Amino acid sequence: MEFLRPATWEEALAAKADVPGAVPLQGGTDVMVEINFDVRRPAALLDLGAITSLSDWEVAADGRVRVGAAVPYARIITELGDRLPGLAQASRTVGSPQIRNRGSVGGNLGAASPAGDSHPPLLAGDAVIEAESAAGGVRMIPADTFYTGVKRNALRPDELIRAFWMSPATGPQYFSKVGTRNAMVIAVCSFAVALHPRERRAGTGLGSAAPTPRRARAAEDFLAAELDWDGAAPLTGPLLARFGELAAEAASPIDDVRGTAAYRRHAVAVMARRTLGWAWNDYRERVASCA
Amino acid sequence: MRVNLTVNGRAETADGVWEGESLLYVLRERLGLPGSKNACEQGECGSCTVYLDGLPVCACLVAAGQAEGREVRTVEGLADGDRLDPVQEAFVECGAVQCGFCTPGLVVQAHDLLERVPEPSDPEIREALAGNLCRCTGYEKIMDAVRLAAARKAAR
Ligand SMILES: Cc1cc2nc3c(=O)[nH]c(=O)nc-3n(C[C@H](O)[C@H](O)[C@H](O)COP(=O)(O)OP(=O)(O)OC[C@H]3O[C@@H](n4cnc5c(N)ncnc54)[C@H](O)[C@@H]3O)c2cc1C
Ligand code: FES
Ligand code: FES
Repeated sequence: MEFLRPATWEEALAAKADVPGAVPLQGGTDVMVEINFDVRRPAALLDLGAITSLSDWEVAADGRVRVGAAVPYARIITELGDRLPGLAQASRTVGSPQIRNRGSVGGNLGAASPAGDSHPPLLAGDAVIEAESAAGGVRMIPADTFYTGVKRNALRPDELIRAFWMSPATGPQYFSKVGTRNAMVIAVCSFAVALHPRERRAGTGLGSAAPTPRRARAAEDFLAAELDWDGAAPLTGPLLARFGELAAEAASPIDDVRGTAAYRRHAVAVMARRTLGWAWNDYRERVASCA
Repeated sequence: MRVNLTVNGRAETADGVWEGESLLYVLRERLGLPGSKNACEQGECGSCTVYLDGLPVCACLVAAGQAEGREVRTVEGLADGDRLDPVQEAFVECGAVQCGFCTPGLVVQAHDLLERVPEPSDPEIREALAGNLCRCTGYEKIMDAVRLAAARKAAR
């Protein structure tokens, strides 16, 4: 095995082009488990730890937040909780403090597990993933098209993830996760909702409920048509129930050790109703306090 | 490969390190620091917790090469000579140590919590220690120990 330690982003891209089989290494919380257990013996590890720019985030000229692939969950929680509240909530549920000090959204995207906790809020918040290769340059991939199969993503063999982009929240955002205990748990299933009041629509994201993380588009369309943005009237029971149903219909879960497909569908409907309820309550309070 | 790092304030060099080797292996097997325990090698138990550049991490999930040029502080580096850190003292006094396998990781993680949050609430303690498993104590004595250490540190 080789241990490659590029000092710059350009060197990293060159190394990935030279050795496409090199496994990028960020926090290592996925990669090292596989190496420790002999699941994977890559030809080379490509340690991105020396490229400090990957651990920075900034507000870009267009107002969007650009977050480096290596910014660990712990810093997303403390530094980006106000701008990206849905992602920060999801980050708080990842592993343990030790895992959150190392694990990154870049690594979560690289692993592309259907159960990865960052994916639902990235989908609900219309995140765009910035990937780059030495030969192909920069490619901006909407989260929507990034997940291509179980643990597969849209990256080409010579591409690396540099950052993701997201607009700061203009409305309430919530994440909810079902697990067998409170901490240190892989999601049985998860759900994220983001209200986008200016565009009069809501975004959604489902986790661990299909081969890939995905949006519940019919549920989003339903909300865009039904939500009373101006009057901010309370949500009705039938509206919540229909939203839950549509969210569950977007799932195509499997039975596995963590839960049955039927349970997951049910749980998605419950989480969808609850997160929308929380988000809408917050929205109503904001509208009331502005009036 | 060769890895240079600072451990508990001392410059160290490890030679012949395998590229897939963990920082935990380097600490225990090459640098003779068996304080950090190896129990699960998958980030689940927290018994290998060490500070890496000031942040507690699972040493079993850090590739040795990633520690090149960095600062590591292990449980061995918490005491001041023969004088135990207040967290270590409190663990001993409260009976929070039984077989002791989980202790080094818990001590480092609790130490970090008290550095950041001098007077943590019980939920804050539980959240901070959520990545550290103990199969002996039932955690109540560990909670007692962290509360006692917090009180002692505050009094100092
Ligand atoms: C005990 C434990 C608990 C966990 N709990 C959770 C949890 O609750 N929720 C959750 O979602 N995950 C969890 N995980 C999984 C893991 O922590 C996350 O997936 C994390 O986001 C991985 O980030 P990392 O930086 O450590 O990635 P790494 O392990 O460094 O990399 C992960 C994958 O991404 C690739 N990669 C990394 N960086 C790049 C890049 N810049 N470009 C292209 N590819 C790249 C790697 O090659 C690898 O395939 C847990 C892991 C452990 C060990
Ligand atoms: S040995 Fe590292 S977390 Fe268990
Ligand atoms: S004291 Fe034995 S595992 Fe904690």
